[in-house]
Amino acid sequence: MAKNSISAKRKGYIGLMRALMVLSAALTCALVLFMIAYVLAKGLPHITWGLLATAPSYMQDTVGILPDILNTVYIIIATLAVVIPLGAGAAVYLTEYAANKRLVAVIEYAAETLSGIPSIIYGLVGMLFFCEFLNMQTSLLAGALTLVIMNLPTVMRTTQESLKTVPQSYREGAFGLGAGKWRVIRTVVLPGCIDGVITGCILSAGRILGESAALLFTAGVAHVVNGFFAGLAGSGATLTVALYFYAKERGDFETAFAIAAILMLLTLLINLLAWLVGALCKRRRNV
Amino acid sequence: MITVNDLCLWYGSAQALHHINMAIPEKSITALIGPSGCGKSTFLKTLNRMNDLIPGVKISGEVLYNGENIFAPGVDVNMLRKEIGMAFQKPNPFPMSIYDNIAYGPRTHGITSRIQLDDIVERSLRGAAIWDEVKDRLKKNAHGLSGGQQQRLCIARALAVEPDVILMDEPTSALDPISTSKIEELAISLKEKYTIIIVTHNMQQAVRISDKTAFFLLGEMIEYDDTEKIFAMPRDKRTEDYITGRFG
Amino acid sequence: MKNRKQLAENAVHGVFLLLGLITVGCVLLITVYLIISGIPAIRQIGLFNFLFGREWASTAAEPAFGILPFILTSIYGTVGAIILGVPVGFMTAVYLAKVAPPRVKAAAAHAVSLLAGIPSVVCGLIGMRVLVPGIRALFNVPDGASLLAAIIVLAVMILPSIINVSITALEAVPKEYEEASLALGATPVETYFRVSVPAAKSGIAAAVVLGVGRAVGEAMAVMMVAGNAANMPSLFESVRFLTTAVASEMSYSGGLQRQALFSIALVLFLFIMLINAVLNFFLKRSKEK
Repeated sequence: MAKNSISAKRKGYIGLMRALMVLSAALTCALVLFMIAYVLAKGLPHITWGLLATAPSYMQDTVGILPDILNTVYIIIATLAVVIPLGAGAAVYLTEYAANKRLVAVIEYAAETLSGIPSIIYGLVGMLFFCEFLNMQTSLLAGALTLVIMNLPTVMRTTQESLKTVPQSYREGAFGLGAGKWRVIRTVVLPGCIDGVITGCILSAGRILGESAALLFTAGVAHVVNGFFAGLAGSGATLTVALYFYAKERGDFETAFAIAAILMLLTLLINLLAWLVGALCKRRRNV
Repeated sequence: MITVNDLCLWYGSAQALHHINMAIPEKSITALIGPSGCGKSTFLKTLNRMNDLIPGVKISGEVLYNGENIFAPGVDVNMLRKEIGMAFQKPNPFPMSIYDNIAYGPRTHGITSRIQLDDIVERSLRGAAIWDEVKDRLKKNAHGLSGGQQQRLCIARALAVEPDVILMDEPTSALDPISTSKIEELAISLKEKYTIIIVTHNMQQAVRISDKTAFFLLGEMIEYDDTEKIFAMPRDKRTEDYITGRFG
Repeated sequence: MKNRKQLAENAVHGVFLLLGLITVGCVLLITVYLIISGIPAIRQIGLFNFLFGREWASTAAEPAFGILPFILTSIYGTVGAIILGVPVGFMTAVYLAKVAPPRVKAAAAHAVSLLAGIPSVVCGLIGMRVLVPGIRALFNVPDGASLLAAIIVLAVMILPSIINVSITALEAVPKEYEEASLALGATPVETYFRVSVPAAKSGIAAAVVLGVGRAVGEAMAVMMVAGNAANMPSLFESVRFLTTAVASEMSYSGGLQRQALFSIALVLFLFIMLINAVLNFFLKRSKEK
């Protein structure tokens, strides 16, 4: 009868599964919290004005990460400046122009393939193609161009997704007024994909910030303070590459953790931004 | 066998069922009819407490099943649902083999013996009049069956846990006329052993298969009587309007 | 006039077509470069000696270029990371997709996307300072920089991929399946594991394959915790992965050694392409449902 309850064996199974689920989720969250807390605790005390605002000097035996910060900023700007038009353009082609289904499939398959290739391979090919074949030497520019290829699928995907939300009726309305295709795209379609482009920027910035393997052999490891264009032409370490060198080659863990703490804070910031933009876009669409 | 006393149900602050009282006899077919949104499906799902799944549902009154209130604190809702089975509006076989679909319920309730399971599968499929059509492809995915076959499979799946009551929520609304008549024949043959409560939009269907009919409107049960009486001489004006096609 | 307008439209179309083809161009570029630069060393060393040679001594007087240790390390390391990471990720995904209250779910989703965003060198650094000494102390081995440390770091790093892709797959399971199971008297937990999970199995398989791809391709974090000696893999030994073999010698390599590194990258690339093909297979299957 209904008053009987389920068997002890079933109760055991349910309890076990429930416990495993809760434990796993708790473990995942605890890991994240631990990693953040550990890095911040170890790193924040070592972040000083001197560290942030100077270049390292062997002569005076001081350590500074100003060049690494600048290099990171330069490479993010340079990469985004190239990848946004390319990726957004590719997305526009796929959603607005492409009529040949096969071609679309090939392009999308290529994008998926790109997003699966490990960054060390990007670094290697970037070194062979940009640094050696195109003779750019080891430079931030070569690094940035390598990262352009890496981030192309991300920007393409986010732009494509936002293009899909532009109602077909807008396009039809504009065409109905006799506008040419390019005009329709410029006036109706492109403004609609701005949130996708912004999301793509944020996600790419996050990936560039965290990237190291692809930059090791393309952007190099120099620590010199330069202006934007001189910086791009020369070799330079980003924060992640610098962290690697301080930790692995120099054994200077204080500096390594200081950089890690900065990276962690920036990662938090980027996640926050991505979340805010996501929430904003959602609200705008619902209005 | 099922007695409903003063049952009210709210979704948040909106009341969906108003003071329902009815006694459903066993080994018979009871049809619940009424226009869309009248509460008949909500009422049906109250009987096996599927409404528990919807957040914000509040229920008062009682439903006595074999003399016990199904909302009483000691009642195990899983055992209740084992005894009160259900077939849904849209056939919903699991994306597994025909055999595994039928064996799912018994396995859940602890039967592991292969011989026993084989026996249950065959009996259930025979019971739902679909054995001859699927006996050679028990290991094939259930999604390869036609819509009508899928619905009979779902009924067989419900039979496999040996329920006493089967709730059917518009089981033929997604089916073609031939499949519909097969499900109707099946329902009539099942009432020898089971109590069946069926929600239907189709008044001919209610006339063809049910012994008793309840008419719902705006969350109230307007009239409940023998099917013949309801359709031949309804007591309430609203019932008459509905069955003669004035609204709905 | 009309012709000029038409011409301009065509030009714009052409530009967008070119942009669209960039990804294809990049894939071709990468493939061609890896093949062209990877083949010579394999030719010189011999395919069999290269793939199945058990010794790597690139800078010795009589150099040996066998990459079996790297291949096996990459495989063992990935398998290990999957064994540790998949159960945790899978269980977390079921919990978040089906059981967790909305607030817990939102908070955990933030944590998971944060984990995905942590740079691999930071993971490596934490591994260096926490795991490596921990393993040395716990298992009483001379050096904690080992395959085990790499496996643990990789397991953590693949968690977000596994969790996110599994959640997407689990959330796509039609409600009707779950209702049917509950109506048969199965409890919610039984329903999730016996109906929802089997229904989402292609998507969950894709999640695992994606995790495999991430683990195989990770370089920096592994380089910081695995010790990087070209040993045959063993849990407490210092080991070198395919990725780290390329990364650790590239900066000072030349001649055949450098070419052999390109060949390693080619092998790695082929592994990744294979994994991508499998991934696509599962993704396609889970979409068809």
